[in-house]
Amino acid sequence: MGKVKIYLGASSPAKTSEMKTGDWGTEWAKVDEDKCIACGRCITFCPEPCIEYVEKNDKKVARVDTDYCKGCWICFTVCPVDAIKMETKEIYKLEVC
Amino acid sequence: MRKVVRGFYAIAYAVKLSKPNVICAYPITPQTEIVENLAEMYANGELENCEYITAESEFGAASVVLGASATGARTFTATSSQGLLLMTEVLYNAAGMRLPIVLAIANRAVSAPLSIWNDHQDSISVRDAGIIQIYVENNQEAHDMIPFAFKVAENKNVLLPFMVCVDGFKLTHAYEAVDLLNQEDVDNFLPPYNPVVSLRIDKPVAMGCYAPPPTYMEFRVALEYAMERAKKVIEDESKEWYEITGRDWGAHIKAEYCEDAEVAVIAMGSIVGMIRDVVEEMRKEGMKVGLLKIRTYRPFPAEEIRKALTNVNKVIVIERSLSIGSEPPVTLDVKSALFGHSSQEIHSVVLGLGGRDVPRTQIIKIIKEVYEGKVKPGKRYEGLKEFEEVIP
Amino acid sequence: MNDIRSYFGPGHGACPGCGFPIAVKITLETLEGKAFVVNSTGCLEIVSSMYGRNVWAVPYIHSLFENAGAVAGGIDAALKALGRKNEGHVVVFAGDGATADIGIGTLSGMFDRNHDVLYICYDNEAYQNTGNQQSGLTPPGASTTTTPVGDLLPGKMGRKKDMIGIAVAHGIPYVASASIAFPNDLRRKVKRAIEFEGAKYLHVHAPCVTGWGIDGKLTVEVARLAVETGLYPLVEYENGRLVRVMKLKKRKPVEEYLKIQRRFRHLFKHPLGEKIIKELQQIADENVKRYGLEDEG
Ligand SMILES: Cc1ncc(C[n+]2csc(CCOP(=O)(O)OP(=O)(O)O)c2C)c(N)n1
Ligand code: SF4
Ligand code: SF4
Ligand SMILES: [Mg+2]
Repeated sequence: MGKVKIYLGASSPAKTSEMKTGDWGTEWAKVDEDKCIACGRCITFCPEPCIEYVEKNDKKVARVDTDYCKGCWICFTVCPVDAIKMETKEIYKLEVC
Repeated sequence: MRKVVRGFYAIAYAVKLSKPNVICAYPITPQTEIVENLAEMYANGELENCEYITAESEFGAASVVLGASATGARTFTATSSQGLLLMTEVLYNAAGMRLPIVLAIANRAVSAPLSIWNDHQDSISVRDAGIIQIYVENNQEAHDMIPFAFKVAENKNVLLPFMVCVDGFKLTHAYEAVDLLNQEDVDNFLPPYNPVVSLRIDKPVAMGCYAPPPTYMEFRVALEYAMERAKKVIEDESKEWYEITGRDWGAHIKAEYCEDAEVAVIAMGSIVGMIRDVVEEMRKEGMKVGLLKIRTYRPFPAEEIRKALTNVNKVIVIERSLSIGSEPPVTLDVKSALFGHSSQEIHSVVLGLGGRDVPRTQIIKIIKEVYEGKVKPGKRYEGLKEFEEVIP
Repeated sequence: MNDIRSYFGPGHGACPGCGFPIAVKITLETLEGKAFVVNSTGCLEIVSSMYGRNVWAVPYIHSLFENAGAVAGGIDAALKALGRKNEGHVVVFAGDGATADIGIGTLSGMFDRNHDVLYICYDNEAYQNTGNQQSGLTPPGASTTTTPVGDLLPGKMGRKKDMIGIAVAHGIPYVASASIAFPNDLRRKVKRAIEFEGAKYLHVHAPCVTGWGIDGKLTVEVARLAVETGLYPLVEYENGRLVRVMKLKKRKPVEEYLKIQRRFRHLFKHPLGEKIIKELQQIADENVKRYGLEDEG
């Protein structure tokens, strides 16, 4: 193992990629791109923040980065056109018998 | 320029020559006049590129200089006693963040009972914070140690706060002829501060991160290593200081007449001057006594002390503070320095707490008793009255 | 390597649905990242600045729980002395405990010296980082771990400190309250604040999902209800004068706000609950009168 690096003055550069939070919740948000009107409310309110605009067929739509989405439902509640659905992640889709 | 000045002025003037960017402090006797003098210089426009801030408390003052230092400013603060204790949480923090803040401490006893008079309990109480501590014996040394402190603290191999400890009243308020440094000499010795890490928009870093168990320990041990490295830096800079000013303060210790001494007295601060007089007088009478002045209490010069005491049989440690529930602080350090190497008799003599007068005759008596083998080694108090506790 | 995508996060460890990241993010976006951030010990600090997992793409410093005001003042002084004032704004993010309780001394000092600092208190109404203990900004009736509900006591007794009043009394140029439920208003207030030279105080209501006992789903809703009931008035002072308030069109009774939070649920059963609810309603009514939140007529 190499030497542990400690930054002088306890400083460290931003390191988002080492702290992915997408596995926190049991659900994540998914944007229905047809319904999305790109109003930006979900982007404003997402606390992570992990929603960004992308271009889709010449249309600007919101997209959730599931690497970071904690499934808090905030975007779901603020979307004015019900374009966001909360999806249960595959591994949590258990069959109940 | 040789001038008769009071200690607080000698300190304040040296601060000015060191060109600090941010000064922030809170008044407390006997430190007050240091910051009053700086305030006056500020009001007269004598401090260039400098902000003088009056804080709402010592805790605030230490925090202001912490923030300023983290931004890349050269910073200075000063305090005493209660003020230092109130700063303590911030000082540990500043050391951990590796901020080269310089502090002047006008040493004063701590409460209760309230006392404005001198001993070393205040600065000794923060010895474990990761702050370099130097104890000076006169106002010339106090004056010299201010630019010196900045130079050492800001050294890239060190980056630790530096505390110049000056006996309250005994030095801070005493008139003394001091060779005041000139700006050119200080500028030659002390380059502008060039921080390795600081808060800036173009290169954002996070300072004061919290460290979980896998990283915390390395940070704390790194502090210890930095303190170790400070030793060499202090030696080198002491030599340079001598070259520039012709004044040789020694580096970590100053041992005098110890090579062949039967008894050596270890002390820190202004009492050293009187002890030197006594030792020299006794030498004239043919008594083999020596003096070992500790300058840097942190980093503690264990090896230097060991070497200096090689031929000494009996050691007297003059203590100006207590570690209640154990042996006095300097004694503990001296004992651990000698342990396993030699087996001198160690006499730990606590005196002069809360400004109690230490007459010359007392020093003579202490040395003579040990020299003549009239007292057993161990801890004792000098100048202590017989007392009993009664319920009011 | 700095691989961050915005000025704050993603990747921080706040609970899903936590309110304060919304305020932090909006503030830094509004300032276009030109901010020296000072953060007190607390939830925000712990979730964002763990060593090696720092999510701040702006210069950031955390020192202690109770000294953010003074540290910010020091940064301001340093920027002045070093001729770097044009680099950015000094911004504090501090919790309600850090602001109204333990750090109020250094905050007062910073105000008094009128440092050019924007101090933002994110108010989640208790010491959340240490597990929901009451602070001077915990509202009456709230159950916290140090003001638990018992046979005798119905949660916290006593009022929320009036931080807006305290800030205004210092004579600083700009004081306002905001809420994460009203992001445009928050954005405007941040913009307005930095137009003033000197100390600015912005008090931002930011729900805590765990401490308040709400679902992430309700974060924005709860914050909005606090405003709409009059419990949390959005006001704005410039140079000591009340210049703007957010008017309430149809004020809601406080029960609507209380009943959806676990920390207040006992008020509907406890023998003293009714009295506390009345007291809360009275606080809301007083706010309406004091700040003119409702149009008369
Ligand atoms: C001097 C001191 N006392 C106590 C603590 C423990 N402590 C850390 S954070 C905290 C509460 C923080 O509350 P607040 O400022 O409201 O921020 P929040 O965590 O709620 O966001 C406490 C009590 C501390 N770190 N330092
Ligand atoms: S569920 Fe929460 S974290 Fe995920 S995208 Fe929506 S607001 Fe962001
Ligand atoms: S405990 Fe509360 S304030 Fe802290 S991160 Fe979680 S939701 Fe946010
Ligand atoms: Mg809080």
